[in-house]
Amino acid sequence: MEKKTYTISVYSENNIGLLNRISAIFLKRHINLESFSTSESEIPNVFRFVIVINITPDKVHKIVQQIEKQIDVIKAYYHTDEETIFQENALYKVKSSFLFEERQIQNIIKASHAKIVTVSPEFFVIEKTGFREETEQLRKDLSPFGLLQFVRSGRISVTKEKMGISEILNTFKNNN
Amino acid sequence: MKNHKNQKNQKSPNDSITISGAEAVIRCLLAEDANLVYGYPGGAIMPIYDELYKYKDQLHHVLTRHEQGATHAAQGFARTSGKVGVALATSGPGATNLVTGIADAQIDSTPMVCITGQVASHLLGSDAFQETDIIGISTPVTKWNYQITKASEIPEIMAKAFYIARSGRPGPVLIDITKDAQFEMFDFNYVKCTGIRSYWPNPPLNSNHLEEALQLINEAKKPFIVWGQGVILGQAEEEFKAFVEKSGIPAAWTILGLSALPTDHPLNRGMVGMHGNYAPNLLTNECDLLIAIGMRFDDRVTGDLNTYAKQAKVLHLELDPAEVNKNVKADVALITNCKTSLNALTKRISKNTFTKWLKRFDALDVIENEKVIKGDLFPIKPGITMGESIAMINKYTKGDAVIVTDVGQHQMVACRYAKFNQSKSNVTSGGLGTMGFALPAAIGAKMGAPIREVVAVIGDGGYQMTIQELGTIFQQQVAVKIVILNNDFLGMVRQWQQLFFDKRYASTEMTNPDFVTIAKGYHIEAERVEKREDLDQAVGRMIASDKPFFLEICVEKENNVFPMIPTGASVSDIRLE
Repeated sequence: MEKKTYTISVYSENNIGLLNRISAIFLKRHINLESFSTSESEIPNVFRFVIVINITPDKVHKIVQQIEKQIDVIKAYYHTDEETIFQENALYKVKSSFLFEERQIQNIIKASHAKIVTVSPEFFVIEKTGFREETEQLRKDLSPFGLLQFVRSGRISVTKEKMGISEILNTFKNNN
Repeated sequence: MKNHKNQKNQKSPNDSITISGAEAVIRCLLAEDANLVYGYPGGAIMPIYDELYKYKDQLHHVLTRHEQGATHAAQGFARTSGKVGVALATSGPGATNLVTGIADAQIDSTPMVCITGQVASHLLGSDAFQETDIIGISTPVTKWNYQITKASEIPEIMAKAFYIARSGRPGPVLIDITKDAQFEMFDFNYVKCTGIRSYWPNPPLNSNHLEEALQLINEAKKPFIVWGQGVILGQAEEEFKAFVEKSGIPAAWTILGLSALPTDHPLNRGMVGMHGNYAPNLLTNECDLLIAIGMRFDDRVTGDLNTYAKQAKVLHLELDPAEVNKNVKADVALITNCKTSLNALTKRISKNTFTKWLKRFDALDVIENEKVIKGDLFPIKPGITMGESIAMINKYTKGDAVIVTDVGQHQMVACRYAKFNQSKSNVTSGGLGTMGFALPAAIGAKMGAPIREVVAVIGDGGYQMTIQELGTIFQQQVAVKIVILNNDFLGMVRQWQQLFFDKRYASTEMTNPDFVTIAKGYHIEAERVEKREDLDQAVGRMIASDKPFFLEICVEKENNVFPMIPTGASVSDIRLE
């Protein structure tokens, strides 16, 4: 079976140790992650992990089953790129002198629709949200000017289909 | 603590009282009907031990000789009693010594709660004396774990721990409690946990899938059941028997499913897997419907998956959704407690018999009997065989004993030949294959089923991994019968070396001590049998004794266990010699 990029969405309680528990599932199966990010979800006190892996459909299914089996996980899903809206975020730190000396750099920023977050006498910081290719292109374009720092976030993503976490939680409330 | 508000607890009958965290732990244990715990004291768990001293009239603590022994004893207790086993240990090495037992309980779905002491919370992460990250270490081998740093967390977390350990597919839970939380005074109020919003242990039976399952069963001409421990854990023995008898379908067991159906039941066709019986292994690849009940298609059961039951439709009755389609693709799966699904199926199926199909089993049984069983049970050579030793135990226990086995040749032989009349009688380390399991597990097994005869059958290798638990047996006067099948070899590894490594016996020959003297050193009555003519009476004396008893049986040194499916081979490639 052919490998594909999958986005795994995990809704969970916010308990210490759950991150370790989820990463152990990948470790045990010798699987490397493409990216990993976590934040609070749309539901108060419910956390959401977004994990990206490149793997076969058969394996992603088994992994999601193992994740969902964890006590503190409310529900886990997996989706292909076509089934999700996803973005990454990148920050670029450049010497301030370039901004004024190299006209080219201003064109690059404009063309990429990147945002200047801050400017100080020593450096300025550009922020770009988009697909991997877009943040990567900007990195390539800026690197001749000497990038002082570059960092890219893990993928964040929402799904096109409904995931129904509130319904699951309401069922529990009503049954107990 | 906000997260644990997401669990449902029963209303408390009592008003709260102010007690220490340590005393709260004891009261939680008693509230969960755990009045027997196994453990080993040490610095970071001393406040709890101090309370154990005060509560000794209500809660019996068994001091094992090693923390690993405490976990295996708790497992043995859980396996024969059906209750949650409890093990206590201190921080650091005490906690790490639990890990083997925890991993064993995880893979064999044994309900167990382990409580470890931890350094005081202000010392966490400082590499304090006997500090170890047991939460991190135990994460991959626990169903759930949690570190308590405040006494006020104890009631809710303990309630949750027991609920998780025993519900759904059971498993081990570890609770790590910092020493300051044990000392801290707080208002104690215990309420049992009855549900957790992120955990759905009992999925309901899907009625559409039930219809599909019935259709598969109705259409099958050569159906075959393989059952596992799910039948026992789901307390579904009666429902299982009713299903087997009404459907008329021949059934075989995985090692952990053994004893769920009496061994002499006409539709019990033996063991599947690497050293299982000839007929059920071969016919796995001949049946047209494979009904897997409460089992997980372990590789020791299936052999090569690419050639496993490819001709058959697969119906999987399983509680854990993660086990469905993990190794073998199911055409239909009933994901619920098999007690529920079996009951529903039995109501709807019609009574059937598969005379011709059963004759296939009979014919293959004849071959196995000729080529393997005869030689095992009625040997011509002078050396005592493991098989006749087990048969002799059967003679005196009449199938009513709990048999506890370790790991290796003796385990396979015991499981092949031991007779069982009732469920929860076979205690062994299946999934993890933990040598050293049997002696401490037998202690727990006897305490979990005190009126039953408990016979531990152990090899000379595994015995020496936890031999110190003879001390526990002596101190507690646990009337277990210990049988060592001594071939002065790590027999199973030696067998593999003989068959697959050109007889290069690397580090498998053992120079053994005088086991009888060692047992006597612990004031345990002990005998050794070297000749066949002495075997019968020695086993008789052992079973007649109402005290702990040790019996060393010196068996043939280089016998092999057959049948055998070599690792990675197909079940069809089962070898008889």
